[in-house]
Amino acid sequence: MSAVDAIATGRLRRARRRGAVIGGALALLAAAFALTLMLGQSFVPPGTVLRVLAGGDVPGASFTVGQLRLPRAVLSVLAGLSFGLGGAAFQIMLRNPLASPDIIGISRGASAAAVFAIVVMGLDGPMVSVLAVAAGLGVALLIHGLSHRGGVAGTRLILVGIGVSAMLDSVIAYTLSRAPSWDLDQAMRWLTGSVNGAQPAQALPLLVSLAVFGGLLVSRARDLESLRLGDDTAAALGTNVALTRVLVILAAVGLIAVATAITGPVAFVAFLSGPIAARILGPNGSVLVPAGLVGAALVLGGDYIGQFLLPARFPVGVVTGALGAPYLIWLIVRVNRAGGSL
Amino acid sequence: MTATATPLPRAGLAPRSNRTRLLWLGAMLALLVLCCALSVAIGTRDVGLDDIAGALRGRADSIGQAAVAARIPRTLLAALAGAALGVSGAIMQGVTRNPLADPGILGVNMGASLAVAVAVAFFGIGSAQAYIWVAIAGAGATAVLVYAIGSLGRGGPTPLKLALAGVAISVAFVSLVLAVMLSHGNVAGGLQSWQVGGVGGATFARMAHVLPFLAAGFAIGLGCARKLNSLALGDDMAAGLGERVALARGLASLGAILLCGATTAICGPIAFVGLMVPHLCRLLAGVDHRWLLPFSALAGACLLIVSDIAGRLIARPSELDVGIVTAFIGAPFFIWIVRRARVREL
Repeated sequence: MSAVDAIATGRLRRARRRGAVIGGALALLAAAFALTLMLGQSFVPPGTVLRVLAGGDVPGASFTVGQLRLPRAVLSVLAGLSFGLGGAAFQIMLRNPLASPDIIGISRGASAAAVFAIVVMGLDGPMVSVLAVAAGLGVALLIHGLSHRGGVAGTRLILVGIGVSAMLDSVIAYTLSRAPSWDLDQAMRWLTGSVNGAQPAQALPLLVSLAVFGGLLVSRARDLESLRLGDDTAAALGTNVALTRVLVILAAVGLIAVATAITGPVAFVAFLSGPIAARILGPNGSVLVPAGLVGAALVLGGDYIGQFLLPARFPVGVVTGALGAPYLIWLIVRVNRAGGSL
Repeated sequence: MTATATPLPRAGLAPRSNRTRLLWLGAMLALLVLCCALSVAIGTRDVGLDDIAGALRGRADSIGQAAVAARIPRTLLAALAGAALGVSGAIMQGVTRNPLADPGILGVNMGASLAVAVAVAFFGIGSAQAYIWVAIAGAGATAVLVYAIGSLGRGGPTPLKLALAGVAISVAFVSLVLAVMLSHGNVAGGLQSWQVGGVGGATFARMAHVLPFLAAGFAIGLGCARKLNSLALGDDMAAGLGERVALARGLASLGAILLCGATTAICGPIAFVGLMVPHLCRLLAGVDHRWLLPFSALAGACLLIVSDIAGRLIARPSELDVGIVTAFIGAPFFIWIVRRARVREL
């Protein structure tokens, strides 16, 4: 067998493995989606769920499934996809799992803008998303500028991001304190993220952002992967490094910000999805799409756990925050053991 | 016999510089008095001089006098909390030799907050005295945990690893505090006071409970000043100077934990005061902890009082918790330190 054949079989094997992982994740996600429609305070049999989905009018089930569970599940999946894709894009581009948008403050920027737009300016709908995207981009620029001192060092960028997050947190707290009534549900959404009270109309901006920004990101997946090798190698491989970086930042911030404007910054989903997907996928191509699927599964599963499996009802962000922090600690410990510098 | 009259020059501790430091210390004391006066006089409601004078004599006949009477314990609490957090931050920066150490950033205040929330919700603990013990225990456990996570592996506890460990712990604890509060709607204080610290609603009775703990913390902290100076030279050098390094570190940390735990028990978590104050004070007092700690106490008190006044004025007619104000001032300061330091130091 010649070397060319060996490479060809290797490539085929990787493509098959990748296809199997993505297919398996899709199947799992579909199963979880179906289960969240059926299970809850009351069990709705699959046949009834299908009738409701087909537009049939079933007394009781139409409201539970069609009005409560379906928008919630759809919103969870779409927001999770956005968080997973955006987070993984940042982690790949900056070559650091800690450089995810929820640690370096980009989600906080979008969140602060959304709170300000809703509470102080009295806006709602697409304008909130637009403002959130603008604020997310502004924060990305600010962090990049502040950590630039003869080249951006990853360490400094993360620490500057932590500082910016703290400041934005206090902006959010200030804005919420000026809200006419201290609404706990609203506050929870902007502090940790929640899909409570999901409306079908909220899915539209998410779908548009996934189509535009997500499509842009996936179409750039190959260039993004080459950035992993370092800027010089990527340039030598024929990637336009500067253009790729600008497009990826724009797309990833767009995804994160639109999702944050609707569900709030669901804690740690953007941070967790990429590494989990990379672990499942192994070295078999771009981690972007699997990361999106993992993100969707995290939000969907976290929301279900928060609603039904715990003694009280919790918003999804509380669950993912409690899950994500041990992982972050484990990451620090593992990287430290390996002797690498974070 | 005249040879002995020539005093040996003491490196870095020349008499002139001590006098300068004393002058600065006096100036800061004066500033603190001024801040206290402003804090009593300025607030959401404008009051006249006669109301202030009346309230200071213990009268509360008019609304103005009542408002001023409410501001007096509040000012005192802000001064105490600020001093405690300032000293606590200075000790933590000394013990960890880390420019980014702060009881808020390292998650220690959040640990105290979580411990209190859990104690109230699950164990029905209600007395102010028990609050403080629980908060101090929570602060101590969190400090040990964060330091252990941050110092694993090669290179020891670098500022980045410690800061990240603190952030991770804080996020987890915020989630847990929210979870506790959502499942127990009756937890005293409501959502805000366990997440964002404030000094509103202070009373002399509540402060009295916490005073012994603060006094012990200040005493231990100031007593460790010389040990902290040795630790600043590095562990090997400190051991060579005859210091028992582990003991010195443990004792100094105990002081810091007493201070920030007790403060969090009555104010809630307040971040960044312990970060900013020691850095600013080093400009005036130098690196000698025997001077740095008293300076940090005074400057911390001033900073928290001024932040509290700002919080009252910005959000008129309501008011802003002081924890929000300190985070807003402190975060840019944090970024400034990060930018100033060389990457290898981080």
